[in-house]
Amino acid sequence: MTIHNKLLMSTAAAMIAMSGVAFAESHAMTGPNGEALAETQEFTYRVLDEHSSLDPGIVEDVTGSEVVRDLFEGLYNDSKTGATLEPGVALSHDVSDDGMTYTFTLREGAEWSNGDPVTAGDFVYAWRRAASPELASPYAWYMSLMSLENVDEVISGDAPLEDLGVTAIDDYTLEVRLKEPLPYFPQMLTHATTFPVPQSVVEEHGDRWTRPENIVSNGAYVLEEHVPQERSVRVKNDMYWDAENTIVERVTALVINDENQALTRFLAGELDRTEVPAGQFPRLKEEHPDEAISFPRLCNYYYTFNLREDGPEAFKDQRVRQALALAVDRNVIVENVLAGGQSPAYTFTPAATANFEVPGVEMAGMTQQERNAKAQDLLAEAGYGADNPLSFEMVYNTSDAHRSVAVAMSQMWNQTLGVETTLANMEWQTFLEARNNGDFELARGAWCGDYNEASTFLDLLQTNSGYNDAKYSNAEVDQLLADAKTAEDPGANYTQVEQIIAEEMPVIPVYHYAGVYMMDENLIPSWPVENVQQNWYSKDLYFVADE
Amino acid sequence: MFAYIVRRLAIAIPTILILVVISFLLMYSAPGGPFNSERPLPAEVMANLEAKYGLDQPMWRQMVSYVWGVVTQFDFGPSFQYTDRTVNDVIAQGFPVTLTYGLWSAIVAMVVGVSLGVSAAVRQNSVLDYLAVGITIGAQALPNFVMAPILVLIFTLWLGWLPGGGWNGGQWEYVIMPVIALSTSYMASIARITRSSMLEVLNSNFIRTAQAKGLPMRRVVLRHALKPALLPVLSYLGPAMVGMITGSVVVDIIFSTGGIGQFFVNSAFNRDYAVIMGITLLVGVLTISFNLIVDILYAWIDPKIRY
Repeated sequence: MTIHNKLLMSTAAAMIAMSGVAFAESHAMTGPNGEALAETQEFTYRVLDEHSSLDPGIVEDVTGSEVVRDLFEGLYNDSKTGATLEPGVALSHDVSDDGMTYTFTLREGAEWSNGDPVTAGDFVYAWRRAASPELASPYAWYMSLMSLENVDEVISGDAPLEDLGVTAIDDYTLEVRLKEPLPYFPQMLTHATTFPVPQSVVEEHGDRWTRPENIVSNGAYVLEEHVPQERSVRVKNDMYWDAENTIVERVTALVINDENQALTRFLAGELDRTEVPAGQFPRLKEEHPDEAISFPRLCNYYYTFNLREDGPEAFKDQRVRQALALAVDRNVIVENVLAGGQSPAYTFTPAATANFEVPGVEMAGMTQQERNAKAQDLLAEAGYGADNPLSFEMVYNTSDAHRSVAVAMSQMWNQTLGVETTLANMEWQTFLEARNNGDFELARGAWCGDYNEASTFLDLLQTNSGYNDAKYSNAEVDQLLADAKTAEDPGANYTQVEQIIAEEMPVIPVYHYAGVYMMDENLIPSWPVENVQQNWYSKDLYFVADE
Repeated sequence: MFAYIVRRLAIAIPTILILVVISFLLMYSAPGGPFNSERPLPAEVMANLEAKYGLDQPMWRQMVSYVWGVVTQFDFGPSFQYTDRTVNDVIAQGFPVTLTYGLWSAIVAMVVGVSLGVSAAVRQNSVLDYLAVGITIGAQALPNFVMAPILVLIFTLWLGWLPGGGWNGGQWEYVIMPVIALSTSYMASIARITRSSMLEVLNSNFIRTAQAKGLPMRRVVLRHALKPALLPVLSYLGPAMVGMITGSVVVDIIFSTGGIGQFFVNSAFNRDYAVIMGITLLVGVLTISFNLIVDILYAWIDPKIRY
């Protein structure tokens, strides 16, 4: 909690003492597990950038999604661990035998913040809108990923919105038809793109409906204030169906571009949560053991080879790719360079992914000496050595942490293999364009799962994936991934794909992310550290009382 | 004088048009676009978006309709990045912030800078002079991206006197550190310019005459020497003033003020074309206006100048 809040708290306490009147808190007096709660329940956190939008149909960034998850509620919510779903607007659903029709039973009594009931029609409107050419949402592809019936035709404008596979049977029954069975479909429903939007408000205010003076929402919070590039404030929504169990009264997101500045302000008590800059975790953990925390995230960090026809000749040789992947000492990178609890990556999919068994790949079981020796053999076999040194350029988007990792990797390659690398950093948009157009040799990549299932990562290596920057293509991988979509237990397919990747090495997995934060020690007990996607909801948070 | 002002304003119009054309060309030659993201959009979604914002038109047509919108309706277009805001909203929100701390910085820089410069010149080669010169050199050598974090460290973390950033509607405690960080180097420049031009004026004949008449030093300086000594300061102030009221990117970012500088940088990173154009135009128009104001003030201060 911020110092400011502590001040308020003591003032409040003094007032009670003086007046002798019972102080009626609008939230529960104890936490869900019977913990004593702090008097003031206000959460202030740092965000790196202004959110892109608060419109559920449009929002595309993590920062915005965090706010949207508080303001709106979809069919389901993530549980604290992220491994299971909890009812949101939907209480339950039935699946047809062919796995293509889902029927959701909605909660009666859920209301918009203007008092209107939340109905199945609100979802139908929202989903059609998110897929509509008129809205042109940058996240329309998510609707496509959900495999709704006719979704691609609707997005391209070739079919009317009414053809989208979603229907309101009655106010509290929603039917969804898919074009193919999708075992993880319910898990996809915690994503902001699927949240309902209030038709009357959207139609009345157009693009400006998400402004604080216009917005109507159905989540646990309502938007009170928004000063672009400075702050946004959301306060508890008393119309929310579970308002009596919502403890945090007020949530403030402060835009602070500079992470070191944010850290100083955290230490000065202005923030309850901020990110730890790369390399500073060990020091902070020692100085503030109760406030520095690190936990695994559902994100990977890798370098991708350019395997296009016109890409570098050297990278067409599998032995060269293997040698480079082997010679990266990932322990040095995670322990000495980043030092924030990240884990070394030998597979593309993070171990933290739900229902994902990390396959035994050969590289993971070797010592670094063995890897280096093998790398030297492979590179020599491929015809590179002192008289014919391998050289290439590696690019990454401008950032201190990325530079440190790139410098470390190029040093390792130079010392072990005599490889000469040129480092180049690019500003983000330039970088995206270069990587997209294949205008690179070796490029940094990273991906955070859109949903907690291995396919969200492995799909990137499918031939047709828009994100397959390596332009890697393997028919077997494509087939295994296609089969996995409908398989009863897709795990075996994912294992096989990972093994093929470990052999062919189109990308070099470097590490899997960790969430590394400084956090108010009274908030930590309620923070969903096990939720690897970090889909947190302010309604589930609370500050425990000082001991 | 009136004819001069009219002529200057007439020249301003083609200047701004050239500014628009060059900005458009530079903007579109930068790689990437407002709707590029890590996961490339499907072609049909991209086409929908480009149609929505008119980006599917040829560039000359975009330019013409942009200028037309600005001239006829004072409409600078919608932000590409933030759907619920127009460029007018962005400027209406960000500009008052930078204007506030920019004006305060200008006042501080002028008052402190001129006082330091004058006192140093009047007591040339004294301890006061060395001290003033030392301070100005130090202040100029310390860039604001170094000074700003140090200020936060001292006043927020160690002393706990001031909030470490934010704006909060412009309450005074949020304004102090941005003003110090922004004004220091301007203050130093003004002090140095004032000192050297004051020294020059103090050695001129009419000052010697004034002193010979037996006027007290204070009156000689304030009444006779200050006005001509300030002329070089004035020509420096024109562009400096624009620099201050349109804010400093560094100050905006380190103190998270939500000012126009933050929007400028972020819109460039996001390729938010309309916002880049809007702020560029704002800075352009302000620069032209302030140069004009400075020229008018020149004529007022210096009787030798006639337009």
